[in-house]
Amino acid sequence: MRQFFSELSRSKAGLAGFILLVLFVALAVLAPWLGLEDPTRGSLRARMTAPTWDGFWPGAHPLGTDEVGRDILSRIVHGSRTTLAVAGAAVVAGGIVGTFLGILAGYAGGLTDRILMRLVDIQLAIPLMMLALLVVAALGPSIQNVIMVLALTSWIRYARIIRGQVLSLREREFVQSARAIGASGWRIMLRHILPNVMTPALVVATLELARIIVMDAALSFLGLGVQPPNPSWGRMLADGRVYISTAWWSVTFPGLAIMLTVLGVNLFGDWLRDYFDPKTRSAR
Amino acid sequence: MAPPLLEIRNLTVAFDTPAGRVHAVNDLSYTLNEGETLGVVGESGSGKSVHVLAMLGLLPSPPAKILSGEVLFQGRDLLKLPEAQLRELRGGQIGMVFQDPMSSLNPVLTVGRQLREVIERHSDLRGAKAEARATELLDLVGIPNPGARLKQYPHEFSGGMRQRVMIAIGLSCNPKLLIADEATTALDVTVQAQILDLVRDLKDRLGTTVIWITHDMGVVAELADTIQVMYGGRIMERGPVRAVFRQPHSAYTWGLLRSLPDEGARAQRRLYQIPGAPPDMANPPAGDPFAPRNPYATDRCRTEVPPLRPASPVPGHMVAAWYDLPARLAAEAAHG
Repeated sequence: MRQFFSELSRSKAGLAGFILLVLFVALAVLAPWLGLEDPTRGSLRARMTAPTWDGFWPGAHPLGTDEVGRDILSRIVHGSRTTLAVAGAAVVAGGIVGTFLGILAGYAGGLTDRILMRLVDIQLAIPLMMLALLVVAALGPSIQNVIMVLALTSWIRYARIIRGQVLSLREREFVQSARAIGASGWRIMLRHILPNVMTPALVVATLELARIIVMDAALSFLGLGVQPPNPSWGRMLADGRVYISTAWWSVTFPGLAIMLTVLGVNLFGDWLRDYFDPKTRSAR
Repeated sequence: MAPPLLEIRNLTVAFDTPAGRVHAVNDLSYTLNEGETLGVVGESGSGKSVHVLAMLGLLPSPPAKILSGEVLFQGRDLLKLPEAQLRELRGGQIGMVFQDPMSSLNPVLTVGRQLREVIERHSDLRGAKAEARATELLDLVGIPNPGARLKQYPHEFSGGMRQRVMIAIGLSCNPKLLIADEATTALDVTVQAQILDLVRDLKDRLGTTVIWITHDMGVVAELADTIQVMYGGRIMERGPVRAVFRQPHSAYTWGLLRSLPDEGARAQRRLYQIPGAPPDMANPPAGDPFAPRNPYATDRCRTEVPPLRPASPVPGHMVAAWYDLPARLAAEAAHG
């Protein structure tokens, strides 16, 4: 752990990404105790208040209010809870399933490989958004269903990339040496191949996390994500869009929140990739 | 006399390729006694690597197919063993060292973890005890500061050091049989000499039986008790190293020995080159596979596969040839 932080502090970009992420996660976790206004309660008298800085509460809106007078800061902070939880869970679920199936397809080859890859092809042939709409419409919009749908649109990317890596890895001599020391197929997949594909999997995960946050926003935008009045970044963007010429703050701040989170994820992910690669780690 | 440690009987291995079935190993039989060091030489495609991979069940199938034969290791037929039991043997009773030390170690795992994996796989040692055994092994193969080295990754080792690690992995469970497939080919001569010294030393101390596969006659001369020359998936000649080197009975062995550079008087001479190219194993020659390239081949060589026969009074010296090489060479010399 200490090594992790000492390495992290060497990289400005990695550290910046990590701080951004920690900040957002901390805000999400601590949201109910920050003393913010109720994110669901509007006040018609305070509709479309521009951002003003006259200290925090009571009644101050440092980031302004939306069209029904709800505090945007409070909504962003509370919205990060759902956004981060949904995106995180979807990335982890999709990543685990996709990486596992990718390794299996690449290492086992033959029929297993063909079935899994045709499945990926089939899914790629269906527009992801349509698939997502279909599933959410059929199962109803709930947080679990949204996570499931996002993971479903995500696993194929891991599976494809990881399979390609494994195809070249399994021909490497160390796999044969592992077999020569008596390792079984599962053991080779989990202990020898998995650590080798962690780097590409992490890269995919950072890209996916960014994509999933945006996709979650898109689902909310279409009304299939988290249901109102609960705040979500995507829905804030969707609702504020109409007022972009008169109330810039109603879309700018949720948009910034999405951007900063994605930026943080990418910076940190980039560093994490180097951290997990023993070659770059000792080369510093 | 004790039964042989390893006995291969009529092993035939083929690969199914789009161009047809390629016979990589043809009707191979030999025995290996405990404590013996066998040097297997031959050019690419002679079946020297394929036959050991086949007996350990390491060939991918398809395309590889074992068509016939038995491989008796301590009396058990490896080819009939279920995969789980074969896995117990691999790395346990039979250690294997591969050609390329650069790619035979997993680049993202520490050397210590890879050593411990074999140890934990095949013994009851765990945790600190496995760690101690790993340290001991690195020390055994002459790696200085083994404790710190265990925590390093393969890319932090030089080629020679990595090959030592591979040998340590091969030896970690005190195998009865160590198989080295071109284990020093990728290394420079100085490192090669160190590794050979190391193997000889370990062999003497631990009494390990060794199969050393190489295409370097010099390595065989230095290390092996018995030399086995292979060509076209068959044994061309086999016998005690001294006897074979003193008087080869196969034209192929003779050609290989002549193509070595020698120090001394005739250092200026052009190196001998075996004429022709290796046989196309998809359409092998009908008789002796070496016949098309052999200036001493007889008509019988071209039509009929020669069996192994005793070559000289030296016990164990066998050759597969219809012609009598020493007599032919002597006649040639007499005629000038």
